[in-house]
Amino acid sequence: MNPANYLYVAALLFTIGAIGVVVRRNAIVVFMCIELMLNAANLAFVTFARINGNLDGQVMAFFTMVVAACEVVVGLAIIVTIYRSRRSASVDDASLLKR
Amino acid sequence: MDTFVAPALSYSLLSPILIVLGGAVLAVLVEAFVSRLIRPVAQLSITLGTLVLSLAQVFRIRHASSLTAAMGSVAIDGPAILLQGSILVIAILGVFLIADQEHFTGLAAAIPGSSEEREAVKSGEKVTEVYPLTLFAVAGMLLFPIANDLITLFVALEVLSLPLYLMAGLSRHRRLLSQEAALKYFLLGAFSSAFFLFGAAFLYGYSGSVSLAGIHDAIESSPGNIVLLLIGMSFLSVGLLFKVSAVPFHAWTPDVYQGAPTPVTAFMAAATKVAGFGAMLRIFYTAFENSYWDWRPLLTVIAIITMLFGAIVAIAQRDIKRMLAYSSIAHAGFLITGILALNKSGLDATIFYLFAYGIATIGAFGIVTLVRDSSGEVTDLNRWAGLGKRSPFIATVFATLLLAFAGIPLTSGFIGKFTIFSAAFESGNKAVVVVGVLSSAIAAYFYIRVIVLMFFSDPVEDGTSVVIPSFLTRVTVIASFAVTIFLGVFPTPLLNFISSTATFLR
Repeated sequence: MNPANYLYVAALLFTIGAIGVVVRRNAIVVFMCIELMLNAANLAFVTFARINGNLDGQVMAFFTMVVAACEVVVGLAIIVTIYRSRRSASVDDASLLKR
Repeated sequence: MDTFVAPALSYSLLSPILIVLGGAVLAVLVEAFVSRLIRPVAQLSITLGTLVLSLAQVFRIRHASSLTAAMGSVAIDGPAILLQGSILVIAILGVFLIADQEHFTGLAAAIPGSSEEREAVKSGEKVTEVYPLTLFAVAGMLLFPIANDLITLFVALEVLSLPLYLMAGLSRHRRLLSQEAALKYFLLGAFSSAFFLFGAAFLYGYSGSVSLAGIHDAIESSPGNIVLLLIGMSFLSVGLLFKVSAVPFHAWTPDVYQGAPTPVTAFMAAATKVAGFGAMLRIFYTAFENSYWDWRPLLTVIAIITMLFGAIVAIAQRDIKRMLAYSSIAHAGFLITGILALNKSGLDATIFYLFAYGIATIGAFGIVTLVRDSSGEVTDLNRWAGLGKRSPFIATVFATLLLAFAGIPLTSGFIGKFTIFSAAFESGNKAVVVVGVLSSAIAAYFYIRVIVLMFFSDPVEDGTSVVIPSFLTRVTVIASFAVTIFLGVFPTPLLNFISSTATFLR
């Protein structure tokens, strides 16, 4: 199968993620969309590793997974704290700073 | 089957980063096992000791240059050493401000207004997790400008960002605002990291290599599909431009600067800018050098709108921290001018500007931490009226730092702006120089308006006063004032040192 097709899938996933970040209001869903974008990048890395015939892209995919896990730890901590103090995880409610 | 060859690391060249990471791990252990009473002192001494040791190590290896320090993942060269030195100096001054625990919540996990929070406040307990977080952030910042491949760049970007997201939410006063700042910073930061990573994937696809040198060679011999290169370059730049808060990726800056505890804002505003622009310099000067025809027009437009937007919107601000945030956006525009120059003097000027601007920023936010009333800091500009009559010394220092931001002669800001604009002029990019000078003039208006407000209007009686600064805060403010004046009057030694050492190793 032509590896370029995987790149189209990666681009599609990235676009879906980016649109999700912009249109969805729940912080958790926004965060999941960001994870989708990271995984799209991973798919692109692995595909390019196949096309270029070396392993650098696959190594990068592993690093991305680890970093994404760290990001979940920090992100959920922040989202849970803000949910506990506001009883809502909507990014629209968090608007004290806009004046 | 090939035998596995262990990577050869030259530990002495990597030691500034390793020392800071080691200190951070030690600080986490102290947080877990040492009694609450001596924790603040222990944490502060570990943090400062680590940073000073690391700075000494940077000084020791100042003439070193090596591309093989970590199997090609990092480049130790003149700009790397200079940027690491600047970051460490700024971090030390930042930790002096962070040491004033008055600004940090006693219990970050407690719900604002809950009984747990009241108990934590009453018991006077200090939660000192901000120190290890600072050290981790500094380690990421030290790695970011020296990273020489896309993997290291991405990891360094995240190591410097993740602690900062948390630190933004630790404010003691106005905690909802602070948590909101953390959420915004985190979501937008992660969003831009995804762009960075996607761009990195396409650059790898274009060049078949993750090292900056490999990308440089691929562009030079132009074998691949140019579309991959363009997608990669633009997405990677989005991630970087976000970190340095260039328009149109600046939306987080005012909110986060305002919501975060002021010492954290000071550290973040100064040190992240040095690290981010350091990495941008390396990427654009080494990897993308030969495709400048592709990126220069777009980056010129971004520089122009960043300078104008920052300067114009700052005029309308009524909050001192928001005003400084928009001023930092304008300064990001000036710094992009230095990257656009793409010549040796542009590199020297950008490094000098970063150092001068970082030091002045730390001092300015340091003074913001001192102006308080009974409920915490006063950031409303109207209530700063007449400050010069009540606390002439602090007001004079603040006025000097604002003049440095505005680029008035005899301050470091003037030398910085002059060198950076002359480098841009030398490269033939006249439009950006004209807009730069124009927006400096616009920016001077709102800096001078604050000075007039402080010295020439009558004080309002509403309990706003300048608190007596702690010893460490005083050191930061005075050091920042002294460096700003010194670099304005005698810039030659530093400029000469920068121009003799700053050469990128490829």
